[in-house]
Amino acid sequence: MKNSYPARENWRRLKNKIILGIITLLALIPTLPLFLILFQLLHKGLSSLSIDFFLHLPAPPGEPGGGIANAICGTLIIVGLATLIGVPISIMAGIYLSEYGKESKLAHAVRISADVLQGVPSIVIGIVAYAWVVRPMGHFSALSGSVALALMMIPVVVRTTEEVLKLVPDILREASLALGIPYWRTVLKVVLPTGMVGVTTGILIAIARIAGETAPLLFTAFGNQFMTLNPIEPMNALPLVIFNYATSPYEDWWQQAWGASIVLVFMVLALNILSRILARRIAGEK
Amino acid sequence: MTLIKNHIFCTEDLCAYYGDFMAIKHVTVKIPEKKVTAVMGPSGCGKTTFIRCLNRLHELTPGAKITGKIYLRDQDILKMDPIVVRRKVGMVFQRPNPFPTMTIYENVLAGYKLLGIRLPKKEANRIVEDALKKAALWDEVKDVLHRRGTFLSGGQQQRLCIARALAVKPEVLLMDEPTSALDPKATLQIENLIVELKRTVTIIIVTHNMPQAGRISDYTAFFYLGELIEFGPTAEVFTNPKDPRTEEYLTGKFS
Repeated sequence: MKNSYPARENWRRLKNKIILGIITLLALIPTLPLFLILFQLLHKGLSSLSIDFFLHLPAPPGEPGGGIANAICGTLIIVGLATLIGVPISIMAGIYLSEYGKESKLAHAVRISADVLQGVPSIVIGIVAYAWVVRPMGHFSALSGSVALALMMIPVVVRTTEEVLKLVPDILREASLALGIPYWRTVLKVVLPTGMVGVTTGILIAIARIAGETAPLLFTAFGNQFMTLNPIEPMNALPLVIFNYATSPYEDWWQQAWGASIVLVFMVLALNILSRILARRIAGEK
Repeated sequence: MTLIKNHIFCTEDLCAYYGDFMAIKHVTVKIPEKKVTAVMGPSGCGKTTFIRCLNRLHELTPGAKITGKIYLRDQDILKMDPIVVRRKVGMVFQRPNPFPTMTIYENVLAGYKLLGIRLPKKEANRIVEDALKKAALWDEVKDVLHRRGTFLSGGQQQRLCIARALAVKPEVLLMDEPTSALDPKATLQIENLIVELKRTVTIIIVTHNMPQAGRISDYTAFFYLGELIEFGPTAEVFTNPKDPRTEEYLTGKFS
């Protein structure tokens, strides 16, 4: 058929290309900040990274050098302890929601509470942990920081555990029950192991989220210029180092704050990538 | 109707509900021991619900309920602990469902392992070999016992599930359309296996496939809209049905 309006048709094609171009550009904008952040960090902080930076303790103000070994250890301890506190509770709550509570009123109440808890500002969580743990103990401690971080972690892990366990096919539950296995054993030995990779992914994402939290640690773990491995003493952590150094009047501390930022960002990035790999493994199994 | 001398299951006025819906209506039947009984009927007639009453899996559905009596030998299973019932009455499902986190070896032993029973290695090996041989799978998997069960083909997975059910030595094996998800060759293997198995275990099999019921079953129970309308030796039910509805179904008037 003869095309009677070639000019109009060309204009349509051109419009299509223009719109596509704009949309692609807009889609790239959200990725831009990440690369800018990484560039900024490496640009400003790379020079402060050295083996000493990882192995040494902070130097007193005015003295050059010093490292953040205590903050790296502290972050690992505080986050590790938060995981130990938060994960068992969360997994049990997730199991309850998916396998027992289901559509009951209590289950709905638990779900709503978890969602609301997830929305509580982290500074408020910090104050609450101060009132619950720091005040009764009489001093700042890593443990109180872990409690605050665990509170932030719980809702994430509860909901992912529930979602993952719901995806375990019912025919596996029936297979186990038909063998005469009690329901609780079926849940712990069939349903949970089948969903374990997914649960682990959820835990890693939650750890990545809390590792960089600063506000909950300000009046709990507090910070410490010295090395300590004792969780009932005040302890340093990477976000605290960044906060304290960046707000200090010393130029070489600003420099070290950038270095600590690189360490923290790459820790979180590694956790995110690890959880991606695990998530892909689940997708591959199906 | 032929007299059945030995029966293993006997239901009296069995009714099963999903909420208010009555899926099984006043079924009274005796299932003969060490025979293959086919449960047939059009879709939605309650075949699967019926066998799920026999190992008390029916009551796991929210809102489900059973009334009447079901005797396994002379014990009313509705008064027993369902866990004990299910050790005696095994089940194979429509779709093969080996545990994906376990190896072939562990799958066969799942009935013990999941209960936390620790078997001496020798005995465990013996049970695995025995169950896999009974399920006609041993020769195919004896060298890959420690690979995941999910690597097997559909037909092999289904025989693995049969081995898993047999490993706990049940008296009855319920089969819910065990070949409907399988290809013809795998179907034939399972059919041969069923005929072989009835020497040691009673089999109750739900099937949609009339030629299959004709080939493997000794007795046929015919359900229609939740009622048991005909029960008897398969040859008799197939050639000389008493109820016109059975005849209509067998001649393909409805399905």
